[in-house]
This record gives sequence, C-alpha cells and structure tokens, in this order.
Amino acid sequence: MKIHEYQAKELFKKFGVPVPEGGVAFSTSEAKGLAEKLGSFPVVVKAQIHAGGRGKGGGVKLAKSMEDVGVFADQIIGMTLVTHQTGPEGRLVKKVLVEQGLNIAKELYLSIIPDRSTAQIVVMASEAGGMDIEEVAEKTPEKIIKVYINPLQGIQAYHCREAAFGLNLPAAALKPFNAMLNSLYRLFVAYDCSLLEINPLVLTADDTVMALDAKVNFDDNALFRHKDLLEYRDLDEEDPLEIEASKFNLNYINLDGNVGNMVNGAGLAMATMDIIKLAGAEPANFLDVGGGASAEMVENGFRIILSDKNVKGILINIFGGILRCDVLAQGVVEAAKKTGISVPVVVRMEGTNVEEGRRILAESGLNLTTAVDLKDAARKVAGIVK
Amino acid sequence: MSIFVDKNTRVLVQGITGREGMFHTRQCIEYGTKVVAGVTPGKGGQKMDDVPVFNTVKNAVAETGANCGMIFVPPPFAADAIMEAVDAGLRLIVAITEGIPVLDMLRVKNYMQGKPVRLIGPNCPGIITPGECKVGIMPGPTHMPGGPIGVVSRSGTLTYEVVHQLTREGIGQTTCLGIGGDPVNGTNFIDCLEAFEKDPATAGIVMVGEIGGSAEEDAAAFITGHVTKPVVGFIAGLTAPPGRRMGHAGAIISGKSGTAQSKIDVMKASGIHVCEDLGTFGKLCAEVFGG
Repeated sequence: MKIHEYQAKELFKKFGVPVPEGGVAFSTSEAKGLAEKLGSFPVVVKAQIHAGGRGKGGGVKLAKSMEDVGVFADQIIGMTLVTHQTGPEGRLVKKVLVEQGLNIAKELYLSIIPDRSTAQIVVMASEAGGMDIEEVAEKTPEKIIKVYINPLQGIQAYHCREAAFGLNLPAAALKPFNAMLNSLYRLFVAYDCSLLEINPLVLTADDTVMALDAKVNFDDNALFRHKDLLEYRDLDEEDPLEIEASKFNLNYINLDGNVGNMVNGAGLAMATMDIIKLAGAEPANFLDVGGGASAEMVENGFRIILSDKNVKGILINIFGGILRCDVLAQGVVEAAKKTGISVPVVVRMEGTNVEEGRRILAESGLNLTTAVDLKDAARKVAGIVK
Repeated sequence: MSIFVDKNTRVLVQGITGREGMFHTRQCIEYGTKVVAGVTPGKGGQKMDDVPVFNTVKNAVAETGANCGMIFVPPPFAADAIMEAVDAGLRLIVAITEGIPVLDMLRVKNYMQGKPVRLIGPNCPGIITPGECKVGIMPGPTHMPGGPIGVVSRSGTLTYEVVHQLTREGIGQTTCLGIGGDPVNGTNFIDCLEAFEKDPATAGIVMVGEIGGSAEEDAAAFITGHVTKPVVGFIAGLTAPPGRRMGHAGAIISGKSGTAQSKIDVMKASGIHVCEDLGTFGKLCAEVFGG
C-alpha cells in the first residue's frame, strides 16, 4: 500500500523524525490559512499524489509571498499532473502540502528496504541527494553506502555511525542523524514497511537533519496487523476496477489492450498475457482468480473484465488441479448466463476432469470457443479481436 | 532417485484440521505419501482420518519419527509454525501458506541460518517425486513417474502447465518443486540446480522463473560454472508493466533490473535453452532432452 507524503510525514512525527512544519490543504483558502500559521516565507506548495517526479512536472512550487501561495495552490489543486511515474494520462491533484521553506546546506538521500537476496534490512544512503537514485546507482554506484542490518539483531549505534560517517556529515550533525536513523528503522519495523525513502534528506545551515520528502510503502501482506493504516488508503489514487476486484479477493490489474483474460495462478496469468501478445494481440488486464476459485469469483471476474470498455474478446485459461475442470466449467456457464457476456469468449481448460468440463461447455448453448491447448487459445482470441 | 523427498519421507502436517490442510492431506495420502502425523494446537489426541493429531511439533516428531513438515497455517501464525518445525528437528519444511509478511520471513530466514534444515516456500505448491511422494497441493496425475527431468519453478499453476506439456511429450520427471512466489524464500533456484546436478537419475532440468528480483540471473551464473546437464528455461511476465505487483509479491519489476527480457538475455548467454512461447514448451523440451 502506498500513502501520501503528508501522511508519511505524520508517521515520521509520531516516531520523532524531524520534518518541516506544515499541513495538508484541499483548497486555496486552506493553503493560505496554513501559510498564515507558518508565519514566514518562503513556503513550499507540493502536489500530493502517489507518484514521484512531481517537481519536474510542475507540482512543487516555492512561494515567497501570500499572493504566491494563492496563485500556486490555485494552479496545482485541480491540475492533471504528468510525471514519469503517472503515465501520459497523468493524475488529478486534489490536495497540496504547504510547508515551511528551509535553509538547505546539503541534500542527501536515505532509504530503508528489505533485501531479498541477503535476507537483511538494508539502509541506503548517498551524498547525491535530490537526484534520481536509480541513475546514481547506475552511473556512480560508489556514491551509495549500504548498511546491512540483521532483523534479529535490530539497528545498533554502529550501524548509524557507519551511515553518518559515510555521508561525511559535519560533527555537529552526527547526533541528530543517528537519532533520526534509529527512529526511521523503528518505524520501518513497527509498520512492516516495504520501502521507506527520503529524497532529499536535508542538512540545514545550522547542522541539523530534516526529512524534506517522505515516501513510505507498506507490505500488503502485513496490513492485517496495522488496522490503523487503513485510514491512510486513498481510493482516488487507485483504479476503480482494481478497487472493485479487491473486494472479491481477485488479483486484477487494468492494462491498455483489448483481450480480457482470466487465469488461475499468478505465474500462469502472466504467461497467458505474454502468449496473447505473442499471438499479435494486447492483454487488457492481469487477472488471477486464485487456485481455489469459486463459481462466484469467476462471475465477479467476468463482470470486472467486461466493465472495461476496451475489451473485444476474452480468454479463459484454467489449469484445473485441485480445482476440477467440471466445477469450473459450471462456474463459467453460470456466470455467462447471469452476466450476459457481450463479447466472444475462448476457453482453454486442462487438468483434472477436463473431458467432463469440455462437455459442459459444449452443451451449454453459449457462444464459447474451446481451444485444445494454450497456443491454439491465443491464436483464436487474437483472431477474434483483429 | 530424486531430490529432497522420496518414498521413505515421513510427513507431518501443521494445520491438518483446517479446511485446506485436511483436503490436501487426504490428496497426498491418496497419492501414496506417508503422512504420519498432524499438528493443531488444542486438538492433540484427536485423529484426522487415520492420522494422529498432536498439540506440538516436538511431540509429534518424538512419537512418529516424522522428518518432513508441510505447513498450511494461516499467514499471521505461519512464521511461528516454521520456527516450531525448525526447533523440533525436522530436516525438510514445505510452507504452502500464501501471504506471510516479508519481515516475518526475514526473521525466519535469519533464524534458520546454520541449522540443518531446508525450507521450501513459502507461497509455493510444494514438492513431488512422481509415483513416490507428494508434499504439496499440485495435481498428482499431471506428473509422470520415472524421470529423467527435474523441474524447479517460482510459480504454481504455471508449473502444472509445464509439467503437463512434458508428460504429454512422454517425458517423465524425477522431482518437481515450486520454490514460491515471495520475495524471501527458503530454497532458491541454485539449491535445486545443485541437487539436480548431483542426482544421477536426473538427465536434464527445467527452470521456470518470472519477473522481479535477481534469482534467475544468479541461477544462470551458477549454471555456467556448475551445471553440466541441459537446462530449458521459461520466464513469465514479458508484458508486465513496471512497478506493479503481479499477484506474487515477488513479481514486481523496478527500474531496469528484474524485467523478463533482461532475465532471458542473461539465461541465454549462460547456455540455457530459453523457451519464449509457452505454447511450444513441451516440443522444445523434446528437442533438447530427446537427443
């Protein structure tokens, strides 16, 4: 799960991580009110969307007067912000973060992530702050410091020192930096974060450190023990079809093509998308109905695929294992009758009780095309949408 | 011959009285697996069909001599279940459970460091030595006993698809296993490649990967130096959009690394026969392994 910068900063505050004074505004008058409270200029007005690269897209402005605040808030709230992470369609901005400008001496980079290959939690830091870290990693990897922390041991003072000295911080900034990193690690573990990133982390003119930016992502698998985070979920930032799918425990991702597809299992679903493309068509979605799909799940899957108006044909690819093909065929038939499927459907089934499953589909009287294998299925559905 | 499990494997099921645990335990027994014990805290002394149920893994091992655990415990309690199995001295633990938090798995993995135990999974279909022993949720009849091909995969149903195509070509399997779709797992590709290379009954290896992480790249590097048997590979996710989680938590491409194309390029460079059209996977295997 992703959250907004202003929400991440709320969490930072809770854990004692220094952030600039400020707050979130949903309108120009609210933005002005916040600036008034801050009492001095400059003030930064930042678009709040779940995507990076906001500055380059014109979503971050430095206001030197109250008039500026009004102009910028007016511009940003309601704008469609396009960044390298939003795609060409961009994202509608509904709120801005208004915060105090800082006297910046140096911009740094800091992040915490779980490292899958070493099974450690890794702190990454760099003096090359404010830049695209992937670019830094590619061009000047020596500028990135990595400190590995065994999760059973937890963060120790020497871990913090290693990062601090690696960043060449002035002596006066060591203590505040170490305290900050310690707090960030505690936050990371306490909330099962999958990513915590501050870019830039700033060293101010008076030798203290502050999180100028804040990005926090959470492990979806751990949300069951962090019910308090659910209020941070912003449905405006999610695809409406994906929200609908998540209600039925369906793994759905909306894509640009016109071949809808429904598959059991994530790996097979990805491979099915690939083979659709190989046959000369484009997948309209990723949809994994899971190993234990019920007739009800198949029905909801159909409904969601069909509410995507780009879909011109559907491919169902089911490898019946524990879930028998006859049970699935029954589900498909029920769903087709209830939802009234308006586009051609190609069904490819394999595995347990496949003959019985194929018979049910053939005798259903529905406009279903059966395929003998995966290749045949992809070819047939690509032929339909051409 | 086979790797990790065979007809002598004595299986203990954690979470045996749950809906999934019960169903799949029965399927495994029907396939011929020796399921000797079950564990459900608070239900010790009962039986699941003919299988005795115990309160703790330690008791179950002491009473039945189980040496392999299969875990169906729900995600919030799964890390605890794995560590209990480790402490009870099981040599092989197969965690089927999907959705265990990453930080839990990081702790488990570090806890297991240096202990004489292998974890397969989590979030995996399990392991099968066709005709001998099935510790998992895969459809038994899709498999063909007798070898000579070993199959290792990060996926579930995609593995069934691949095995189905092998069987259809008349190519049997020594052992097939899924190492799981999570970012942090117990056994990796290299562990399996090493075991298949050593197994005299295995003549060739199938490796099925997907986008995200660098497990396939690491495996390819290992194959270059250590594997003499032919390897056929497949990578799912050529069309996956970057930054999105495609069902498996591990399947996220970030930046340029972890894409299907970069994996395919590295695998080809290390001599793996990479199949780029899943529809022809069986045929390619027949060509590569048939000669």
